[in-house]
Formats: sequence, structure tokens, C-alpha cells
Amino acid sequence: MLDTPTTGTTTPANTRSPLYDDLIPGGSHWSFIMRRGHVLRLIDESGGANVGMLMYNPENPLERYNMPDTLKNQHTFKLTQGHVLLSDMGRVFASIIRDDMGWHDTVSGTCNAELVEQRWGKKTYQEAHNQCHRNGFTSFLNEIAKYGLGKKDLTANLNWFSKVKTDNDGNLSLVSDASHAGATVDLRFEMDTIVVLHTCPHPMSTAAEYPSNPVRYQLFKAGPVTDADPCKLSSPEATRAFANTALYHLFQ
Amino acid sequence: MIKQSALQPENAAFRETVPAGEYFLKVVKAGETVRILDLEGNQAADTLFYNAHNPTERYSVVDTIREQGNVYLTAGSRLMSSENNIMLEITADTCGRHDTLGGACAAESNTTRYALDKKCMHGCRDSWLVAVTEHEELGMTKRDITHNINFFMNVPVTADGGLTFEDGISDAGKYVELKAAMDVLVMISNCPQLNNPCNGWNPTPIEVLVWN
Repeated sequence: MLDTPTTGTTTPANTRSPLYDDLIPGGSHWSFIMRRGHVLRLIDESGGANVGMLMYNPENPLERYNMPDTLKNQHTFKLTQGHVLLSDMGRVFASIIRDDMGWHDTVSGTCNAELVEQRWGKKTYQEAHNQCHRNGFTSFLNEIAKYGLGKKDLTANLNWFSKVKTDNDGNLSLVSDASHAGATVDLRFEMDTIVVLHTCPHPMSTAAEYPSNPVRYQLFKAGPVTDADPCKLSSPEATRAFANTALYHLFQ
Repeated sequence: MIKQSALQPENAAFRETVPAGEYFLKVVKAGETVRILDLEGNQAADTLFYNAHNPTERYSVVDTIREQGNVYLTAGSRLMSSENNIMLEITADTCGRHDTLGGACAAESNTTRYALDKKCMHGCRDSWLVAVTEHEELGMTKRDITHNINFFMNVPVTADGGLTFEDGISDAGKYVELKAAMDVLVMISNCPQLNNPCNGWNPTPIEVLVWN
């Protein structure tokens, strides 16, 4: 069982018993719809996980997660607790209400078939069945196709539990061992959202073997979002994005 | 990295001035060189590239910065596509550094970045949406509007994970030049933004030149 998270206005109302609890194996993909007012908890089950993620509005999938708007509105390169994840329509898909790790990547993209083969060798389904070497690009396409989406709908993705930093000259590096077993991120959804996940390796991983680390995910009912909500007040930009989101829900 | 070009404007096969707030759309063939020239200084040129024969293959910010291991674009940068192919290479750059993380302005992002009542101000995404709608023959829609390059824009990333918008480091007459490795459709919005320093608070024209 999980420890009960620290109390506060940003934690889920009911943290003791998730509405649902599931494990996605390493090197796999899955997707589902989150409804607004619910929390998706991602847990790095064994340490070293990388979780690729994309988001779309199920009512109009042309509205999608937007990396540049998310970063520039919050004057940040990293994502952590207190940040919001914005769509290209100026609205909040989800708020990061808890983060044990402190720095998640959203600029490095995802591994493709060529990259995986060059770094860790090809392992086909024929020879390895479900332990085959899947890649993030194909995994995303596989999942978004379930919603009628395709290559044109791919955007810059999130890489949860992976820390990518720059030096002062802009050189990128993946920080090894930045996550740990049990590291937890809570995402409170402010809109209904198609959530697309994969557990394929981070594209900058230098691991000797194909990294295959599972992620546990749990669903909770969220507590109310008050006017004192830390994510809503985290920046004037976030406050305005919440206002846009409220307008979107005006008739509900 | 500052690198001058040996190409002479009077020998260019194509020249066009693009006023601020307008879009530019043209196919540049493999082997040709395109120059974007900041005519009056401090002007952001928001640029997207597509495979001219299949626009589903397009410029990819994440693959470009990861493969070169650096978040800034300059001479020597190879612009990668969403299908892991080299689209163009920056062959000359008198500005020294260009942004590709900041994205484009849009009516909706203007509301969050500046004020809710800025939503009717013109933005780059509106220029692109008009471009693809006026050119149905391209078969492109909002789905194709992806993350772009901001030539001449300065968006420093700090070692502690910050990101800021600074005054442009460009100036009148500075340019960036790219050699196409495949036939590419170039789609530029000459940025109309009035709310931040990316255009020095005064959007101005750019010129696009192509050499065969």
C-alpha cells in the first residue's frame, strides 16, 4: 500500500483507496480518458521509469498538449509541482499537484524504431513476444489511432521521471538516476482529456540494456479547486488559463 | 556560431519582402539555399518546414534539439523531420542563435501570456491558419500546425531549468541561411506580436531570398 500523501489543498480528497489501480509493464503503451475533477497518479514502480505522455481534448482532438505554450507561459524549462499543462487553446488539461522528483522533461521527444535498434538492438515480437523492443513513436501512433488520430496529431510529449537539463551554452544532458522507486506525480485533470502513455525508454538513455521499467497508475476523485489553489495561483498566466478553462465549462 | 555567406543577393533566383503579420509560403527544392533576412532588426520569423511531397512529414523540434544535443539553432544545425530525416542544414548565420522552444503566438496564448482581452490581436497561428485554408491544394489544416522555429528570437534556457524571453540579439541586415536536403515547403509567419520584446515592440518586414 502507498503511504498517505501529505495533507494540503492540492492532494486528492480520497487518497487511501484509489478508484482504480493498474500497472503498465515496461516497454508498453496504453491510453484512456481522464474526466475533469479526477487525479491520475503515476508511480515509478521500480525506479528508472520513463513515461511518455500526450494529451488531447476528446470533444475536439485538434486541441492538444502544447509544450511551447506550457513552458513559455510559466517561464520554465522543467516541469514539477505547481505547474500546469496547457493545451494549444490556452486552457489547462492538468495541474501537477504533487511531485516527489522535482524535474520532468518535455523537450526531448521520444525514441523511434531506428534509435532503439541502434542503441539496444532489434528484438521482434516473433523472437521475444511481449518482451520485444517497442519504441515510443510507434507506441504513440498505436494508441492515438484508437481515437481516429494519426501522425499529424503527434506533438512534443512529456517524459515523466526523466530529467533533462542544459548547461549555460544550451547543451542537453539526461541526468542518470534522477528518479527512484516509489517516485510519485499527481496530475489533477481540469478538463476531460485523452491520456496517451508509453513506458518505452527515454530517447537519451545510455543504459546498456533496453530499459524496461513499469509504471503504476492510480485514479482518484480530486478535491475541490479553490481560489487559493496553489496551481491556479502559481503564475498570472496559470490564473488566466484557469479562467479560459472555466469559460469552456460555462454551460456544464 | 557566426558564419557569413558567400552568396550575393543580386544573384538570387527569388526575392520577396514579407511584411509583419503576413505569411510566406514557397517550395524550396533539394540543393537550393533559402535566406531569411531581418531587414530592420529585432524581428521574429516564425517558421515551419514540411516535406513538399508529403506534409505529414514535417520539422520536429524535439528530434532536432535532441539529435544535435543543444537547444539553440545556429550554423551547422541540421533540422530533423518527424520521420527522422534531415530536412535542411543551417549553412550561414550572422545572428548566432535562434530559438525553437518558444513556439508561436496565437490568439489563445495571447490571453494567457498577456491578458484575456488580447484575444483578438493578430498572431502567428492565425497567419498559418489562413495560409493553409487559402491553399487547399496543400491538403493541410490546423492538424499540421506544429512546433516551429523562431528565427532571430532569443529565448535563453538556464542551467537551473528556467526559460526567459530576452531582447532580440538580431539587428538590421542579419540573416540565417539554410540549404535544403529535400524538397521542402517553407511556411513563415512574419510575427505580428506587439506585447513582448521579440520584435522590439515594433514588427517590421523580412526578406526571403532563394538561390538555385
